[in-house]
Amino acid sequence: MATVIQNKAGTLRDARLEIEEFNYAYAETLDQMDVDSWAEFFSDDAFYQVIARDNFESGLPLGLIYCEGKAMMKDRAYALLNTEMFAPRYLHLTITNTRALSSDTDGIRASANYTLIETLVEEPSRVQQVGKYRDLFVRDAEGALKLKERVCIYDSVMIDNCLVFPV
Amino acid sequence: MDVNRGLSGNSNGFDRAWPDDATRIPDWIYTDQDVYKREIEKIFLGRHWNYVGLECEVPEPGSYMRSYVGPFPVVVTRDMDGALHVFENRCAHRGVEFCREYRGKADSFICPYHNWTYDLKGDLTAIPFRRGVKGKGGAPKDFEMSEYGLRRFRVSTRGGVIFATACEDLESIEDYLGPEICAEFDATFDGTEFTLLGVHRNILPSNWKLYQENLKDPYHATLLHTYLTTFGLFVSSNESNIPTDKYGRHGGLLSRRPEGRPDVSEEEKSNMQAFKQTMELNDPRVLKFFPEADSKWSGSVLTIFPTLTALRQTNILNTRLLVPRGPNEFMMLWTVFGRSDDDEEMTRHRLRQNNIFGPAGFLGIEDNEALKFLQDGIRKAMPREGLAVLGEDDEATDTLITERAIRGMYRYYRDVMGF
Ligand SMILES: [Fe+2]
Repeated sequence: MATVIQNKAGTLRDARLEIEEFNYAYAETLDQMDVDSWAEFFSDDAFYQVIARDNFESGLPLGLIYCEGKAMMKDRAYALLNTEMFAPRYLHLTITNTRALSSDTDGIRASANYTLIETLVEEPSRVQQVGKYRDLFVRDAEGALKLKERVCIYDSVMIDNCLVFPV
Repeated sequence: MDVNRGLSGNSNGFDRAWPDDATRIPDWIYTDQDVYKREIEKIFLGRHWNYVGLECEVPEPGSYMRSYVGPFPVVVTRDMDGALHVFENRCAHRGVEFCREYRGKADSFICPYHNWTYDLKGDLTAIPFRRGVKGKGGAPKDFEMSEYGLRRFRVSTRGGVIFATACEDLESIEDYLGPEICAEFDATFDGTEFTLLGVHRNILPSNWKLYQENLKDPYHATLLHTYLTTFGLFVSSNESNIPTDKYGRHGGLLSRRPEGRPDVSEEEKSNMQAFKQTMELNDPRVLKFFPEADSKWSGSVLTIFPTLTALRQTNILNTRLLVPRGPNEFMMLWTVFGRSDDDEEMTRHRLRQNNIFGPAGFLGIEDNEALKFLQDGIRKAMPREGLAVLGEDDEATDTLITERAIRGMYRYYRDVMGF
């Protein structure tokens, strides 16, 4: 019995390390505004949502960003890189407190805290979003981790002007 | 820094002179504190219906929500008999803003500072130690609780939309909107029951009037919003109409999306620097349109003076409440909703489509950025006047490359403000 618990804890610890690596690469990709590559962190049928914490906790489904499937993420990436007008900026996404919560046949449930700091021309850096990821990871044919679900629940309900890039 | 602009003695008691030419809009209406104060008196507390929320946000007896009348925090409640009330969110005692939750259910409001208690109508129902302790202290003997209720606004609704006013003898909503705008208002708020899908909140570093201007400005739609043309949602040759009420204070931006891909003329292409050959989305579900309103228009943006905008674009339904926070900033509360008889797939369709609007929407990002740039220019640069020169005031209302509706709003604004 003790061995089984040990093994499970060990599995989740390994999963956490792997997810941390994943999240660091994810953050770096968004810092570079490489939203085409960002979409590739997800499985084809993934669900990605950025949702205000008050909506989430009230059971209101409206997303600030709401993507059912990678195709919608690719469309957002295309729009951001080719059609959108916005001020030049530096992005700084920090992902911390990564936890692997459980692992079963659906995949690995995980969570993490995130903070997006934005810096605009001649403006002091400011927190654009602070929130928590609720994730479900699966493995692709090669065994690499992919997000099947990432729900980004942001505490910073009052948005400063607009959120341009995904978190 | 408050540079005194447009100096000249004027009978309105302000050192403000509007340029003689109605196509010129002076900077100071967007930046100056005394103009803002006058707007509070003449506009938000004046003879206007202020939008405060939707009935589906306070669906049951005891439901309440925070909202605003102009810049002033209010609470919107539904009492146990189902009647709606709007009163100030400020304790009659020391002035505490007592309601701190976005929304919820309650049977009374208790100010946390000294526990003065109000019912859902805003009446004062209890004050602790009213008689003092051991016969000493307490409220004055002649203290009448009925005189110390919360200040209330008059309430009226139409089609599930709640309005409030400080004015005692204002016309009905129908008359306030006028026949042209009321017809379009009723096409969206058609008496079906709505369901709240959620709320977006953001703060924009610009003057509240610039947002009304933005949604009265069809000229920018295909120039700033390349998304619209790229994915075929709107092009300048779409059939459209831009009605206003007789005062010019309310407006509509109505358009009809053609079936299939839009037909973009060579003339249009050459004028749109950012035009890209229309292309298909990887996930075209986002732009699907299920006709749902008794209207020929697939897109309807209504700007209801002073602080409501109501949008029905394809299957997106939302209202936006503009909450001024001084001349240089406003808060926007977006209430996004569906219809109560939507099935799960229709709800998800609306949620997918809402990627277009909101503070991270393809149009929302661009409008918010543009208005920030605009306020920066007005606030920081050497004072001058803005231009609203396009189109004619007596043109046919299907003219699209025009700033007629912006001029109309300022004709009314000058009249109310005494400029
Ligand atoms: Fe716009």
